[in-house]
Amino acid sequence: MSEVIVITSGKGGVGKTTTTANVGTGLAQLDKKVVLIDTDIGLRNLDVVMGLENRIVYNLVDVVEGNCRIKQALIKDKKYPNLFLLPSAQTRDKTSVNPEQMKKLIEDLREDFDYILLDCPAGIEQGFQNAIAGAERALVVTTPEVSAIRDADRIIGLLEANEIGKIELIVNRLRMDMVRRGDMMSVEDVCEILAIDLIGAVPDDEQIVISTNQGEPLVGSDSLAGKAYLNICHRILGEEVPFLDLNVKEGFLSKLAGVFKR
Amino acid sequence: MGFMDIFKKKSSGDVAKDRLKLLLVSDRADCSPDVMEAIKNDIIQVISKYMEIDAEGLDIQITQTESETNNGTVPALYANIPIKDLKHKC
Repeated sequence: MSEVIVITSGKGGVGKTTTTANVGTGLAQLDKKVVLIDTDIGLRNLDVVMGLENRIVYNLVDVVEGNCRIKQALIKDKKYPNLFLLPSAQTRDKTSVNPEQMKKLIEDLREDFDYILLDCPAGIEQGFQNAIAGAERALVVTTPEVSAIRDADRIIGLLEANEIGKIELIVNRLRMDMVRRGDMMSVEDVCEILAIDLIGAVPDDEQIVISTNQGEPLVGSDSLAGKAYLNICHRILGEEVPFLDLNVKEGFLSKLAGVFKR
Repeated sequence: MGFMDIFKKKSSGDVAKDRLKLLLVSDRADCSPDVMEAIKNDIIQVISKYMEIDAEGLDIQITQTESETNNGTVPALYANIPIKDLKHKC
């Protein structure tokens, strides 16, 4: 039994690719067989976030056009033998693939994988239509900003119109210090506005930048973001995991320093 | 933010939330002027069966209102329909 999940947001730069990399790697850590598909044709990025950019031979468009077999295009992860990446094409554009071809591809992959994750491009044009074509579940990534939430709301409407059964929210890049000051919308605020189920809240974490620099997703690591991502993976599997208290991260020393700053 | 500032202005997070709520009401309604005009004409037709109304003075718009059941705002269709004469048909 496999599940096809699209990771989408509408707005660019809110963390779709980082989320795809971390959730995919996390599911692999939990012993699931996972394939990540980068559907952003022309602007591929998932390969670099996964640190697999040097291993690409064939890509999504090659598979769809029949230039190679699916198995030839799949890149095995460095660390997890049950995790694979199907990279996007860099020198083509989004019209090279259509939704019907994506559905067919996904049906073929279903036999071999427990989870198929689709990294959706920004926007609501054909790239988006391609990415959601074969999906049955969606993770909508947003940040606590007016523009990102507005776009997320639009995306949710489109996902509902396309009859994606399960739509869940990830609030990314939370800065609890700002939320506490009242200068950033809280997770509760965002959930109230978008009115869909929350599946995870990820703090803004320096470690994300570092892990992206290194091409190694940080899910499962000791960092707060790493824990938050792993919790999301457990929830995807249907387990009930309490939400992290993002406030605890600020260590005793930095809190103490904060007191003196005031 | 200083202590006295609390009384002066809303926090920027609340400002963002309020702006978003208003923005999404119009985004979600997604009613073009044509659609609004069509709704308006239909309302005129239906109500006119029962009473004489001032079609010129009729005003409809999509706004938001406090929900009665749960705390929060919900979109609402607001219509102001001036009645000229109540027909006593029954």
